[in-house]
Amino acid sequence: MNASLRLRAGLVSIVLLAAFLGIWHLATRSTGTVATMSPEYAKLMGLTATQDKSAMPGPLDVGAKLWEHLRRPFYDNGPNDKGLGIQLGYSIARVGTGYFLAVLVAIPLGFLIGMSPLLSKALDPFIQVLKPISPLAWMPLALYTIKDSSISAIFVIFICSIWPMLLNTVFGVASVRKEWINVARTLEVGTFRRAFTVILPAAAPTILTGMRISIGIAWLVIVAAEMLVGGTGIGYFVWNEWNNLSITNVIIAILLIGVVGMLLDQILARFTRMVTFPE
Amino acid sequence: MSIFDNPFDPDRNLRAGCPCGQHQSAAEHDQATAMRCEPVESEEKRYEGVVASAVMRAMFPQDVARRAFLKSIGASTALAALSQFFPIKTATEVFAQTGAPEKKDLKVGFIPITCATPIIMAAPLGFYAKHGLNVDVVKTAGWAVIRDKTINKEYDAAHMLAPMPIAISLGLGANAIPFAVPAIENINGQGIVLATKHKDKRDPKDWKGMKFAIPFDYSMHNYLLRYYLAEHGIDPDTDVQLRSVPPPEMVANLRADNIDGFLAPDNICQRAIYDGVGFMHLLSKEIWDGHPCCSFAASREFITTAPNSFAALTRAIVDATAYASKAENRKQIAEAIAPANYINAPVTVLEQVLTGTYADGLGGVKTDAKRVDFDPFPWQSFAVWMLTQMKRWGQIKGDVDYKAVAEQVYLATDTKKLMIEMGLSPPASAYKSFAVMGKTFDPEKPEDYVASFKIRKAS
Repeated sequence: MNASLRLRAGLVSIVLLAAFLGIWHLATRSTGTVATMSPEYAKLMGLTATQDKSAMPGPLDVGAKLWEHLRRPFYDNGPNDKGLGIQLGYSIARVGTGYFLAVLVAIPLGFLIGMSPLLSKALDPFIQVLKPISPLAWMPLALYTIKDSSISAIFVIFICSIWPMLLNTVFGVASVRKEWINVARTLEVGTFRRAFTVILPAAAPTILTGMRISIGIAWLVIVAAEMLVGGTGIGYFVWNEWNNLSITNVIIAILLIGVVGMLLDQILARFTRMVTFPE
Repeated sequence: MSIFDNPFDPDRNLRAGCPCGQHQSAAEHDQATAMRCEPVESEEKRYEGVVASAVMRAMFPQDVARRAFLKSIGASTALAALSQFFPIKTATEVFAQTGAPEKKDLKVGFIPITCATPIIMAAPLGFYAKHGLNVDVVKTAGWAVIRDKTINKEYDAAHMLAPMPIAISLGLGANAIPFAVPAIENINGQGIVLATKHKDKRDPKDWKGMKFAIPFDYSMHNYLLRYYLAEHGIDPDTDVQLRSVPPPEMVANLRADNIDGFLAPDNICQRAIYDGVGFMHLLSKEIWDGHPCCSFAASREFITTAPNSFAALTRAIVDATAYASKAENRKQIAEAIAPANYINAPVTVLEQVLTGTYADGLGGVKTDAKRVDFDPFPWQSFAVWMLTQMKRWGQIKGDVDYKAVAEQVYLATDTKKLMIEMGLSPPASAYKSFAVMGKTFDPEKPEDYVASFKIRKAS
């Protein structure tokens, strides 16, 4: 039953994909030569103008280009033109750094706030105001104060991934069942030991859910941040190809951003499953 | 025009009359307002010319005597005789050695448009290397970013719109930080492109209510478009909408019908035609032939902390500009700057821009060899004109000391010295009069000029 359900789901997925690609192909087909123009003039014009080719590339164009990129993912033609593998590497490194710094700050701070009702109440207004700010709104401020575009990008990742983690940690720590804490208290367990052996395991699933949300947001934001600051990274790649109006490459980048985002999410999902416990 | 004066030419007047020595009289010199620099066969030859010329001048303070001497014994004999007692070769070598750059590895930011041609091509074609520099040219996402990165010292120097260094120095739209322009990148090379559906609306008087894109508020594009509209009785602030849009998004916006047209830097104009979404209404050259567009800029701080690096950079840019100004080099340049590492655009598009033989978007092929041209001399009168337009459109309020700002930002004197050292012949004065749409601009009377416009922002 289970296996056959999976099989059927897989079949539906494939049919949907095929239908999508088919429609895409038909919609972007060029209608053949239409415009009448002198050959001398046509030589100076692009395919969209001469053959009425759609400005949107078809799936075949994208596939061919994708293959070209996958064959040479790590080429380096100078500071403004690097392979997709290198660009993704830069982006992942930036996300990793900013995210790791956010973990270092958010989890201890979240513990503190979660364990102390006073701090929780005192810091709440700040968190509530800072949380909904779009991370990119920090960009001009970061560029102006930090005076370094790559550190600014990391800062933006840091600031956007800190809130879900912080809030989830606070919530997870605060909602550890009172019985367990009371038991620990009865057994005269010290504060640190209580934090690490009782509260941490109990709050771990909630904290990891927060981390999973954060990595998703961080990956969303890095593309936009890199489009702004430029230089390297997959966001820069999108911008550079947009500059050349190469929609084919933009689609490829979108596809890769999706795949990498999914992988990052899956890694965190696996961790979450590892710490989940039945009550 | 030749670039270096041959001191052994008896017909050549070395100093009297015209300051650059290329014209018979000062009047003739003034007539040839636009300076054209052409590279000589080799660097050494050029420097040798400069040195020999200096020696000749020292030997014959009287020009008449020098001419008589040359006429009587011939140029080659004179050169040989001179070499006997004066080591021209050694002197040339010493002369060519300029101070070692304080900083060899430099970063220069650019925006991927053909205006940046000299800055970009200097990397693949080795002009930076020739002047002992190792320069990374870094593509940047927009004018505001390039400004911030240059202010933050991530870039040592950068490609900027010609009015930007003035705006930065005055603190318009940013903190006031003294910037300087040693060289103009390109002259001409922009255009007004309209969506294909407007092909019957060629008279600007019919443009009321249309939406236009410009690349940046502090740009020649903004000032030229406003000027053009105002001359046709359209108030750019009330009758049309002007939006600041990054160049690559202009073509997409034109296709999506969000804008009706734009005055944009080239390869973007040609790209809109290439993609069949617009047509060339007018080259910016037709508004003002020889107008500056982009500049090569650096902060004063960089210039004072690394003067030799700065001088070497300027030399490389001036050299590259001279190379780019020659029509026969344009095809090679188009190929050199087209790859993804530089402009990232189809070679056909860049070739059309640089060679000036282009499709106009209406089915015709047009030729205008001066569609874009390159001339490094930073005329201070250009800066004065930009300031008058800033004033005219309310970007600067109150009194402006036009000449003081122009002279502080546009380094005509330093560049002139450098060009003379390089054996080029810069113009004598940093101010020249020119005409924009037939109306003459006198750099001596900027206030009157501003006041003479009927359409301007009330101040």
